[in-house]
Amino acid sequence: MNVATRTDMTFFIIIGQWTLAALASIGRLARFAGKALASLVMPPLYIVRILEQMLSIGYFSLPVVGLTALFTGAALAQQIYVGGARFNAEGVVAGVVVIAIVRELGPVLGGLMVAGRVSSSMAAELGTMKVTEQIDALTTLQVDPVKYLVTPRLIAAVIVMPLLTLVANVIGVLGGYIIATERLGFNGGNYLKVTMQFLKASDVQSSMVKAAVFGFIIALMGCYNGINSAGGAAGVGKATTNAVVSAFILILLANLIITVVVFGGAK
Amino acid sequence: MTPKIDMQDVRKAFGTKQVLDGVNLTVAAGESLVIIGGSGTGKSVTIKCILGLIKPDSGEVKVDGESLIGLNEAGFRRVRKNFGMLFQGGALFDSLPVWRNVAFGLMQGQGMAAKPAREIAIENLQRVGLSPDVADLKPSELSGGMQKRVGLARAIAARPQVIFFDEPTTGLDPIMADVINELISFQVKDLGCTAVTITHDMSSVRKIADRVAMLYRGKIVWNGPRADIDHSGNAYVEQFVKGLAEGPIQMDVRRG
Repeated sequence: MNVATRTDMTFFIIIGQWTLAALASIGRLARFAGKALASLVMPPLYIVRILEQMLSIGYFSLPVVGLTALFTGAALAQQIYVGGARFNAEGVVAGVVVIAIVRELGPVLGGLMVAGRVSSSMAAELGTMKVTEQIDALTTLQVDPVKYLVTPRLIAAVIVMPLLTLVANVIGVLGGYIIATERLGFNGGNYLKVTMQFLKASDVQSSMVKAAVFGFIIALMGCYNGINSAGGAAGVGKATTNAVVSAFILILLANLIITVVVFGGAK
Repeated sequence: MTPKIDMQDVRKAFGTKQVLDGVNLTVAAGESLVIIGGSGTGKSVTIKCILGLIKPDSGEVKVDGESLIGLNEAGFRRVRKNFGMLFQGGALFDSLPVWRNVAFGLMQGQGMAAKPAREIAIENLQRVGLSPDVADLKPSELSGGMQKRVGLARAIAARPQVIFFDEPTTGLDPIMADVINELISFQVKDLGCTAVTITHDMSSVRKIADRVAMLYRGKIVWNGPRADIDHSGNAYVEQFVKGLAEGPIQMDVRRG
């Protein structure tokens, strides 16, 4: 065997190992998600835990999501105005802002902000519970940790994210409205009229579907990384980072898939 | 008579490290067994195999003659109803007040309502020498010794048949350690439980144990009544009991 072939072999071995490791972690994640979802149909469903999580994921994310939407909508209106002026299309500001916010920026930026806030805190909380043996303690007290800790978080995130996104969409449009009327000299009533003309039901549907999927990703990545963390404080830190990074990437990937595959045909 | 707990040739490896290398151990009903051994000798893994928190690679684990190998989750939940566990760091749920910690198994595991569960929690707190006004504190407001007491109250709250103690005196000052040892030995006798304790604290052994087993490199190297530990005739036990640096026991660098 000459040197070149041997290098090629090493290359294929590395690719193979990577592929196997990737498939194994996808499999573990799928089993974890399956177990959490199976708990949905088996009593008890911890209603109080779900409400607690809805409060912590949803209500306490309102400021950060609202500010993100406000600034983005405002900046967007300014950009569209400047960009549109190149072909005398300043009039489309309201329409482009509402479609961009509702279809894309509201759910995606909202999802990323909530992922930064919530996936990290879930991973840190569950990770700390893991390394301090609280998860083992749950098991010995005959409580299934996945059912008690993970399922309520998943349910809460899937319910709350569309609501948050709805708020983000309204505030985003408001941000655009403020810039358009206060700075760019648009007529307020007209701006809102154009906004409503451009907005279609399918835009809102797309927004809500995305938000629910992102909510699932946010809670799943936070819980999965937290509950599987190992190795003390450093392990919890690593789990937190992994939770946020993987949630970010999966949100952006899921957004692409939903946009192209599910709503790609909608005109 | 069927032993309460029966482990035969239990093996468990993590990666290349053979943590349990054929553990044979029986505990009779009502007996207090203390497993001694240095750090990383597989003590924690041994009790986690009985609790079903770790699956052994091979071997047999029986509780009341029933094999735990291949048991599904519902089966383990049923078996664990008879178990209580005091974790090394307490493992109290830090988001919940003390009384909900103590009543956790009763409320979440067995579906008891809050009011009677709180009464039982307070009764168990009193059992371990804590006054009812501790009930509404958060675990983080308590000292290490108090946390151990709450952990003990939680472990006995559902009146288990077997209680496991993982390093009950680690991190406590000698006086608090003695208090905890006294509590454990009194409660175990008073409730008529079987107890399995893992420790490297010889004062715990002398207070708690009916019988002592020594674990070294994943095997039980000695097993006998407490009275025999000072003249066991076993070089491992002698070195451990006297706390000598010189002897057959070599300290592992890597943890089990």
